[in-house]
Amino acid sequence: MMVLVAIFFAAPVVLTVVLSFTSMDYSFEWNFVGLMNFKDLVGDYLMPKILANTLIYTFSTLTLFNVGTALLLSLLTTSISDRLGDFFRSLWMLPRLTPSVVYGLLWLWIFDPTKYGFINNFRSFFGLPPQDWLHTSPMLMVVMANGFIGASMGMLIFTAAIKAIPVDYFRAAMIDGASWFTIVRRITLPLIKWQILFVTAYQTLSLLTSYEYILIITDGGPVFRTEVLALYTYHTAFSNFQFGYGATLSLILVGIGVITALVYLKLFGFEALMSKPRIEVD
Amino acid sequence: MKNSSPQSLTFFQRNSQRISQIVIVTILILLTLPIIVGYAWLIIRSFSEDITHGFIPTKLTLKNWRFLWQEMKGYPNIWHTTLNTFLLALGVMGIEIAVTSMGGYMLSRYDFPGRSAILKFILVLHAFPAISLMVAIFYVLWNIGLLDKLWGIILLKASLEIPWGTWIMKGFYDGVPWELEWAGLVDGYGRMKVWSRIMLPLVKPGMAVTAIFAFLSGWSEFIFVYTFIFSQKTWTLSRYVMGIIGDYRFADYGLLAAVGLFYVIPTIIFFFFVSKYMIKLTIGGVKG
Repeated sequence: MMVLVAIFFAAPVVLTVVLSFTSMDYSFEWNFVGLMNFKDLVGDYLMPKILANTLIYTFSTLTLFNVGTALLLSLLTTSISDRLGDFFRSLWMLPRLTPSVVYGLLWLWIFDPTKYGFINNFRSFFGLPPQDWLHTSPMLMVVMANGFIGASMGMLIFTAAIKAIPVDYFRAAMIDGASWFTIVRRITLPLIKWQILFVTAYQTLSLLTSYEYILIITDGGPVFRTEVLALYTYHTAFSNFQFGYGATLSLILVGIGVITALVYLKLFGFEALMSKPRIEVD
Repeated sequence: MKNSSPQSLTFFQRNSQRISQIVIVTILILLTLPIIVGYAWLIIRSFSEDITHGFIPTKLTLKNWRFLWQEMKGYPNIWHTTLNTFLLALGVMGIEIAVTSMGGYMLSRYDFPGRSAILKFILVLHAFPAISLMVAIFYVLWNIGLLDKLWGIILLKASLEIPWGTWIMKGFYDGVPWELEWAGLVDGYGRMKVWSRIMLPLVKPGMAVTAIFAFLSGWSEFIFVYTFIFSQKTWTLSRYVMGIIGDYRFADYGLLAAVGLFYVIPTIIFFFFVSKYMIKLTIGGVKG
């Protein structure tokens, strides 16, 4: 077991660091070039665009879906009968288990630029012409596609947390005449605060490094409009075969991840964050 | 019910409970619509000549499934590709089950030196995303001659998932009371026999879940196959579908839907079992 993990996990970690100081390409020659890759990085004219994309993508997916929709889903599904709630929660698990290419295909169809696409087909009922979604709102496509997968993890964690709240609290509130919204705001949300913070932190890191669905749906296009840092790293290494520079970008990505994690840990308190997660979905 | 409520209450007040339920379910349906619509389309479209109004087939046909009995031009044989995918999934599952069922037991019950170091190491590794390792993994695979080989992907995929799988299995072992093991030891079993005769049967549900997840993750694997496999005879279904999407996207949605649906069948079969378990898992709780 340890041998496997060492070969495919631990060794690559070390290798990545060493590779970032070389200009290796598909000939696999070790040319040490010192800090040249890092100099290139500073002068990379695409960098500002890509960092901005990464920020927009991570932030909007996180707030709208991975935390926002997740919270809404868990609040709603716990307010109806368990059987119905389980049914909706299972439906939301489906995208996570579906092979990524098939899931990507569904979104390609939903946003298809011709009249065959779902949204354009829907628009035609109102006499609206088909729209080329890939060019008008490519970021929306990748945010939605990722969001519908990302929401399920938060949903499960929040649901478990809500179910763990003693029923007496809700009963007491209802007897006092509190409305659904008041109960949510005054009782549920404060009691699942830690779970919300945990999911926020964990999903920020997941989103920073996620690129598989973007690769399938837009491949970073059109003209780098959805190219995030993780995808740029991939393209540098495996479309342009600049392994050395790719490794450098990987390091930057890990660096950003570590800094983000440290900021969250500082913000939320280390101990509380470590003790909360009881389940792993990703 | 109705008769017992006072006349002075309005219709909304009398049925407030039911109305709020209906409102909530409606909101949930609207939220879930893209998922429902997407999968419904996949099924309907794969059997129809063309569809109008979003979902109504003009004519039912099996033409979209032609890739099953005739080879698509420029693509490998679908059954060969399916076999590859199956081998990949099975390989990942086999290795993961063998390693995690033993590793989890060790971590749960043995107090060996370096135990807590390994536990921490597992968490640290989990924080290291696969993307940051892709370049180095490419180099390692090339170096040991497993680039473009199915075995390379199997070993890679399994080893990336083993740390976390071990952690999960440890959780299941932690849930088994010590007394059962003591009883076995008192009755003269050795440690290995206690593990194989007493513990393994008790953590069977955990193993089943780990196995299914491992199988599905191997079955669905895309990035590694897309990046580390070049020759068509080693393709798996994810690469095949990606190719079909590229070539037929605007020309033949029927074919796309059929190929996609074919690929997703095992997932749907296991989905009913796994999803039920996943949403229950959080309630019972796997101890970390």
